[in-house]
Amino acid sequence: MYLVLFLIFGGLCVAGALNLLLQRHPINSALSLIVVMTSLAVLYLLLGAEFLAAAQVIVYSGAIMVLFTFVIMLLNAGEEERTHGSKAAYIVGFPGAAALLGILAYIFLKQRDHLGSAKLGGYLVTTHDLSAVLFRDLLLPFEVTSVLILVAILGAVALARKER
Amino acid sequence: MTSSLHLWLIPLVPFAGFLVNGLLGRRLPKWLVTTVAWVATLIPFLQVLNIVLHYSSLTLPYTENVGTWITAGGFHADFAFAFDQLTLIMLLVVTGVGFLIHLYSAGYMAHEEGYWRFFAYLNLFMFFMLTLVLAENFLLMFVGWEGVGLASYLLIGFYFTRDSAAKAGIKAFVVNRIGDFGFLLAMFLLIAHFGTLSFGQIFTQVAQHPELQGGFLTAVALFLILGATGKSAQIPLYVWLPDAMEGPTPVSALIHAATMVTAGVYMVARTHLIFDRSPFALTTLAIIGAATALFAATIGLVQTDIKRVLAYSTVSQLGYMFLACGVAAYSSGIFHLLTHAFFKALLFLGAGSVIHSLSGEQDMRVMGGLRKKIPITFWTMTMAVLAICGIPPFAGFFSKDEILYQAFVSPGPVGKIVWFVGLFTAGLTAFYMFRLWYLTFFGESRAPETTHDDHGHEHAHGVHESPWIMLGPLVILAILSVIGGWVGVPEAMGGHAEITHFLAPVTQPVGEAAEGSNSQELLLAAVSVACVAIGWFLAHLMYFAKPELPAQLAAKVRGLYTLLLHKYWVDELYGALIVTPILLLSRYVLKGLLDTGVITGGGLVLGYSAQGIGSLVQRIQSGNIRSYAGWLAIGAAALLLLTYFGFGTHLSF
Amino acid sequence: MVVPIAYYLVLSAILFSIGVAAFLMKRNIITIFMSIELMLNAVNLTFVAFAHRWHQVSGQIFVFFVMVVAAAEAAVGLAIIIALFRTRSTLNVDQVDLMKL
Repeated sequence: MYLVLFLIFGGLCVAGALNLLLQRHPINSALSLIVVMTSLAVLYLLLGAEFLAAAQVIVYSGAIMVLFTFVIMLLNAGEEERTHGSKAAYIVGFPGAAALLGILAYIFLKQRDHLGSAKLGGYLVTTHDLSAVLFRDLLLPFEVTSVLILVAILGAVALARKER
Repeated sequence: MTSSLHLWLIPLVPFAGFLVNGLLGRRLPKWLVTTVAWVATLIPFLQVLNIVLHYSSLTLPYTENVGTWITAGGFHADFAFAFDQLTLIMLLVVTGVGFLIHLYSAGYMAHEEGYWRFFAYLNLFMFFMLTLVLAENFLLMFVGWEGVGLASYLLIGFYFTRDSAAKAGIKAFVVNRIGDFGFLLAMFLLIAHFGTLSFGQIFTQVAQHPELQGGFLTAVALFLILGATGKSAQIPLYVWLPDAMEGPTPVSALIHAATMVTAGVYMVARTHLIFDRSPFALTTLAIIGAATALFAATIGLVQTDIKRVLAYSTVSQLGYMFLACGVAAYSSGIFHLLTHAFFKALLFLGAGSVIHSLSGEQDMRVMGGLRKKIPITFWTMTMAVLAICGIPPFAGFFSKDEILYQAFVSPGPVGKIVWFVGLFTAGLTAFYMFRLWYLTFFGESRAPETTHDDHGHEHAHGVHESPWIMLGPLVILAILSVIGGWVGVPEAMGGHAEITHFLAPVTQPVGEAAEGSNSQELLLAAVSVACVAIGWFLAHLMYFAKPELPAQLAAKVRGLYTLLLHKYWVDELYGALIVTPILLLSRYVLKGLLDTGVITGGGLVLGYSAQGIGSLVQRIQSGNIRSYAGWLAIGAAALLLLTYFGFGTHLSF
Repeated sequence: MVVPIAYYLVLSAILFSIGVAAFLMKRNIITIFMSIELMLNAVNLTFVAFAHRWHQVSGQIFVFFVMVVAAAEAAVGLAIIIALFRTRSTLNVDQVDLMKL
C-alpha cells in the first residue's frame, strides 16, 4: 500500500518534471512545476513530515509559483525561440547530467541495504517537535532568517523599481 | 698593560678623507681638497710617531678588538687590529712614504682634471693598505688585500679616457684576482683545519703542534704564494705591473713601488710560521723570487720608456724580497722592503719630475743632458740609483747584501743557486740603472725642438726644474736612501744589525738559524760590490763613452735583443693560451648558448605558454549562462566520482 | 508495506537530473529559474528521507530553512529578471551574453 502510494506520487513528480522540460511555453512549465510541488508535499507526508508538507503547499506552490506566474504574465513571455547560443551546454552538459544521474543512482542502489527502509508512520515529527527545536536551539538562525527575508524584500523592491 | 692605542683610527682617518673628497670634492676649491688629503694622511703618520715615542711602555704583541664581525656556526671573526714590531715598520713605511707622495702629488697633478678624484682614490688606497697592515686576522687582511687591488685599478685607469689606461687597469685587477683566488683557497683550508682565521690563534696552534709539517700546511703556503705572486708581481702573475705605468707617476711610486706590491712580502713575513713548516713551499718561494728577479732584470736591460725600466726594476727587487723569505730570512726581506720603499719611490718621483720638466716625455731615447738643467732632480735620483745598485754605504747595499748572505749560508743546495742568480741580477741591475742614469742625464740632449705635450700640461718652452712641493719629498727620500740602510749594518761590518734584532720576536724562523762567519760575509759583500762595479763600467762604456756600441751589439744578437724587447712575448702567450679561449667560451657558449638560448628562451617559453593557455581558457568565459551550467554539471559529476571512488572512502553506515 | 529509503533517494536524483537537463536545454530565463527550484526541491526530498532514516529532526529543520532561502531567492531573482527584461527586452538567455571576454 505504502509502496503503491509512493509509486503513484513519485511518478507524478517525474511526469511533472518531464513536462517542465518538454513544454515550450513557460506558463505550461510553471503549471507542471506546481504539480511537482504538490506531489512532493504528499511524499513528505508519507515520510512523516506533516509541517513540511503543509509548508510546501503554502509557501512553494502557493506563493513562489504564484509569483512566477505573475512574472510570466507581467512580462508576457511567449513561446521559446529556437536559438543555439552555446555548444558547450550540449557537448559537456548532457553527459554531465547523465553522469550525475548515473552515479547517484548507482550509489544509492548499491547502498540500499545500508539505508534501511521507511515505514508509514515510522517517524512522525509533529509541529510541536519541530518548533521545540526551532525556537529553542536554533532561535538565532531563525531570527537571522527573518532579517534575510527583509533584505530580500528590499532587494527585490530596489531592483524591480521603475526607473525614473 | 698597555692603554688603548686606538689603532682603528689609523685606517679610518684616510677613509674619512676619501669620503669627503670623493663625495664633495668636485665642488670644493682645490686648496681644500689638497688640505683634506694631506691631513688625512698626516694624522695617521703622527699617530704612528706617537706610538713610537711611547714604544718602551708597550707590551707587544698588542691586539685591539673593535667589534664582532662574523659568528656563523663554529666560525668567528672580528674586526681586530694587531700591532707588533713588523706592523710598526710597515706602518712607518706606508704612512711616511705615503704622506711624502701626497705632498708630491699636489704639485704633479696640479693641472689635472679630476684632481679631487685622484686624492680621493689615493686616500682610499691608504685606508685599505693600513687595514691590510693592521689586520689581526686573515679575513680583515683580505679586505685590505682586495681593497688595494681596487684602489690600484681606479688609479691605474685614472686617465680613463685613454684606452690603454683603461685596459691596463682591468688587466691589473683581473690578474690580481687570480692571485686572490689563491689567498681565498688558503683561507678556506685554514678554516677547515683550524676553525679560525685569527693570526694569534692559528700561530699558537701551529707552535703548539711541532708535529704539523708539510701536508695541508704546504697547500696553504702554496696558495698564499699564489696570492703573493699576484699582488707582488712575481712569475707568473707579474704581467700587470709594467702596464700599470699608464697611471700617473705618483701612483706608480706609492702603489707599485713602495706599498701595495710589498703586501705580498708582508703577508709572507706575517705568516712565516706556516711557511717554516713547509720546506717545499719555502724552496718554491726562493726559486720564484730568484727567477723573477733575473727575468725582470733581463727585460729591463732594453726598455726605452723610463717608467717601464723602473717597473721591471720593481718586479726584480720584489724577487729579491721573496728570495729572502724563501731562505727563511724574513727580517732581511722586510729590511729590503724598507730600503726599497725609499729608493724606488724616489726613483719614480724623480722620473716624474723628469717627465714633468720635459712636459710629458717618457722615452729615454729623446732625453739626455738634463744634468745641468734640473740639478736637484739629478742629484736626488743619483742617490737613488746608487742605493738600488747596492753601493756602500747607501741603503740598498746593506739590505741586498744581507739577503745574498742569508741565501748563501742557508742549508741546502738551493741557497747557493739562488745566491748566484741574485749576484748576477745585481750586476744586471747596476747595468740597467746606470744605463737609465746616463741616458737621461748625460750627453747631449736628444730631444727634438718642439716638445709634444700628452700630459695635459701647459708649459712654457724649455726644460725647467719642478716646483718645490715636488722637490721637497725627493730630498727627504734621498736622505733616507742614504741613511736608511744604517739600521741594519751587520756585525761583520761593525754595526749591530738593529733591524734584525728589532724584528726578531716576530720573524725569527723556527728551526736552525743559518750560521756563517763574519769573514764569509765580508767576502760575499766584496764579490757583490765587484759585480756591481762591472755592471756600472759596462753601462758607462756603452752609454757614455761609446754611445754607438749599443746599436752594434743589438745588431749582433738580433734574436736575443728582440726577445728581450718584446718581454719574452709573455703577454702574447697569455693572451693566446688563456685570454682568447676564455673570451671565446664566454662569447659563444655562455652568452650565445646559455644566456640567449636557455635563460632568455626559457623566459620567453614561459611567457608564450602562459599566453597560450590563457587564450584557451578564455573561451570558457563566453557570457552564456547555459555553457556555464554545462561546465558546472560536468564538474559536479567529476567531483562526485572523485568523492565516492577516488579517495578510497566507501560510504558505510 | 515498506519503501526502501534508497528509492526516495533515487527519485530525488532523477528529479535533480531533470532539473539540470532543463537548465541546459531551455532558453527562457524564467524556465531556467524554475528548473533551479526543481533542483532545490529534489534536495529537500533527500533531506526529509534521511531525517526519517535516522530519526532526527534536523533534516526537516534544514528543509525549513531551504524553503525560506528559496523564497527569498525567488523574489530577488525574479526582480532581476524584470530589470533585465526592461533593459534588453528579451527573455532569451542566449542574447544576454555581454559578460564575455
